[in-house]
Amino acid sequence: MREEKILLAHGSGGKLSHDLIRQIFLPQFANPILEPLDDSAKITNRQGSIAFTTDSYVVNPIFFPGGDIGKLAVCGTVNDLSMIGAIPSYLSLSLIVEEGFSIELLKQIVSSIHETAEKVGVSIVTGDTKVVEHGAADQLFINTAGIGWIRPGVNLSGLNAKPGDKILLSGCLGDHEIAILSQREGFKFQGELRSDCAPLNDLVGKMLDVYPSIRCMRDPTRGGLATTLNEIATMSNVGMTIEEDKIPVHESVKGICELLGLDPLYLANEGKLIAICPPDEAERLLEVMRDHPLGIHGELIGKVTEENSKRVILHTLIGGHRILDMLTGDQYPRIC
Amino acid sequence: MKFIDEFRDKEIAKGLIRRIQKTSTRPVQLMEVCGTHTVSIFRYGIRDILPNHIKLISGPGCPVCVTPNVDIDLAIALSRQKDVIIVTFGDMMKVPGSTSSLQKEKAEGRDIRIIYSSLEALKIAKEYPGKRVVFLAIGFETTSPTIAVAILRAREEKLHNLFFLNSQKRVPPALYALLHSQQVKVDGFILPGHVSTIIGTDPYQFIAKEFGKPAVITGFEPLDILQGIWMLVQQIEENQASIEIQYRRVVHENGNPIAINKIYEVFEKGESDWRGLGGIPDSGYRFKESYKEMDVRNFEVEVEPSKEHPECLCGEVLQGIKIPLECHLFKKVCHPENPIGPCMVSIEGTCHTYYKYQ
Amino acid sequence: MCLGIPGRVVEIEKNVAKVDVGGLLRDISLDLCPEVSVGEYVLIHTGFAIQKVDEEEATETLDLLRKMAEAI
Repeated sequence: MREEKILLAHGSGGKLSHDLIRQIFLPQFANPILEPLDDSAKITNRQGSIAFTTDSYVVNPIFFPGGDIGKLAVCGTVNDLSMIGAIPSYLSLSLIVEEGFSIELLKQIVSSIHETAEKVGVSIVTGDTKVVEHGAADQLFINTAGIGWIRPGVNLSGLNAKPGDKILLSGCLGDHEIAILSQREGFKFQGELRSDCAPLNDLVGKMLDVYPSIRCMRDPTRGGLATTLNEIATMSNVGMTIEEDKIPVHESVKGICELLGLDPLYLANEGKLIAICPPDEAERLLEVMRDHPLGIHGELIGKVTEENSKRVILHTLIGGHRILDMLTGDQYPRIC
Repeated sequence: MKFIDEFRDKEIAKGLIRRIQKTSTRPVQLMEVCGTHTVSIFRYGIRDILPNHIKLISGPGCPVCVTPNVDIDLAIALSRQKDVIIVTFGDMMKVPGSTSSLQKEKAEGRDIRIIYSSLEALKIAKEYPGKRVVFLAIGFETTSPTIAVAILRAREEKLHNLFFLNSQKRVPPALYALLHSQQVKVDGFILPGHVSTIIGTDPYQFIAKEFGKPAVITGFEPLDILQGIWMLVQQIEENQASIEIQYRRVVHENGNPIAINKIYEVFEKGESDWRGLGGIPDSGYRFKESYKEMDVRNFEVEVEPSKEHPECLCGEVLQGIKIPLECHLFKKVCHPENPIGPCMVSIEGTCHTYYKYQ
Repeated sequence: MCLGIPGRVVEIEKNVAKVDVGGLLRDISLDLCPEVSVGEYVLIHTGFAIQKVDEEEATETLDLLRKMAEAI
């Protein structure tokens, strides 16, 4: 790593984030449970497998259309557990609060955490609170850890994609990042633009009920769909081909992207998932997805290939192609 | 989205490709001048679907890329002054100067802010009367009228703390310099659609009249680009050379006279330095006497001596003489996280586009 | 950076228009393009309308392109 200082890009979920992990963290912490670098760690003993995950939330602003940092914290952690096939059960909740933060606002956020946790069926079982002087943190940062038993008979991992598999996406890209940005920059809308922040455990459950043999599930958060697909392609040593005309994006997100020169394929989502499955399961899974309120815009967006391994290729709207790399640099800070 | 989605129609695109294939009998090299065209061409994979004998090369149409180190070093030096706020369009942030960049300076605590419109510079100047607000005026003729409006408003509203680092460029003189140097073989030009919205067709006539090459003012959606290429190929096959407009829905022969007038209320034509091309007469603007007080180059500030990386090929890439793949630094040392030259920084830079999309 | 995007004028007050770009409402200066009415489309660049979008020309271009594509 040639950088001497941490840059915002190190937290963007893209190339530099991956460099940081591979060059600073992995060498010190290498162990077989960490190495797959899936959304959650899978810890197996005689009783079965447990999923264990952790996340920090530094989103700015802490309240945004469609949610707040509290709801985000629960959903994000629940989703990481769900992506590895676990039934989310217990969360820890750790807060770092800036001196001077409004107690009323804190109550609102805690209420939101409670509501979301109840909806999902997880319990907050342990916690911690630290207060730092004014200026040492921006309002509120949240850290969580989550655990849950992985459903028996399920083996979801970024290592599992095989040539011939199909790639499914549960809905429209970019809603979360654009909602955050709009709030920050004061964009006004004709209609509603809300974060898609949502717990995916129920959708995942329904999909696994039908086909426990799904190979991999991921939620494309920071770095967007393109980064997530690249991660899996590299882990599984396969290629991927994605059809641009199948990728759903809301009009308003498209509009902002055109205006600001952003690419929806690299924007963060907080209530979407991709699923990689054997080809004969794809159609039925798509139906199951579309039957669920969080998957109504689900699409079959591409397939896994043997050629072009570790590369993700996009077939463009007009029949050309381009290579979709991981996110390089940073788009915007503190989206999640 | 209206006026965008319709111009991305797959079936029409396929039909246009067939047309091009049918019409085109000889190998041609077409230069697309505008960075936004470079991006569009890569984004839609247009090179793949064109017949092999039609080659597209990129020209110096990325205003960030052609800004010489000297100007970036000046901006950095200014940012280090305690009472200065630098306001700039986002794409300048990561461009490497001789030893630093605006982004690095911002990380060190300098007051550098990204704005989306020249009018925001006015707002900031009003909000901070005790500071000197310096706007990095970088762009082509599409942007110059908006900068002129900001200057005129600042004058009207008697704002004395807003200044401009004028590094604007004019496209036609650069094209003239390119054609005159004869260093790169170009059979026809895909001209910048939005610049032409402002300047119309007249400034390009020399391309056909003096150099005998066809040129088509083209929009940015895939169908626009394909139609533009088809119009060029047609002219070439018929041995014609004229300036045509493909982007008729926003480009008129006389451009936007109101916008042109605004530019010349504040500026007059002047020589400007282009990275890679050097100094080109009339290729930029200088402040008219009555507006000179807003020119930041009047400031007394120490700027470090300017230097560019000896192996950086941006200069040649910008002229279409070399492609990024021929640069020893490309991908090995120079990439978006560690750009050596501006072509890798700007999202419209040829090197950046190659890196992302190849 | 010559990003220009078309938007529909929804409201005009003096020399500022509220323009709808895919559902997003932006305040756009009409200083460079004053002769605009509500309902018309303008091309937007860095917060300014730089030209009206001629809907007739747009339709003509598309029709031409469609014919060209079908005839071959």
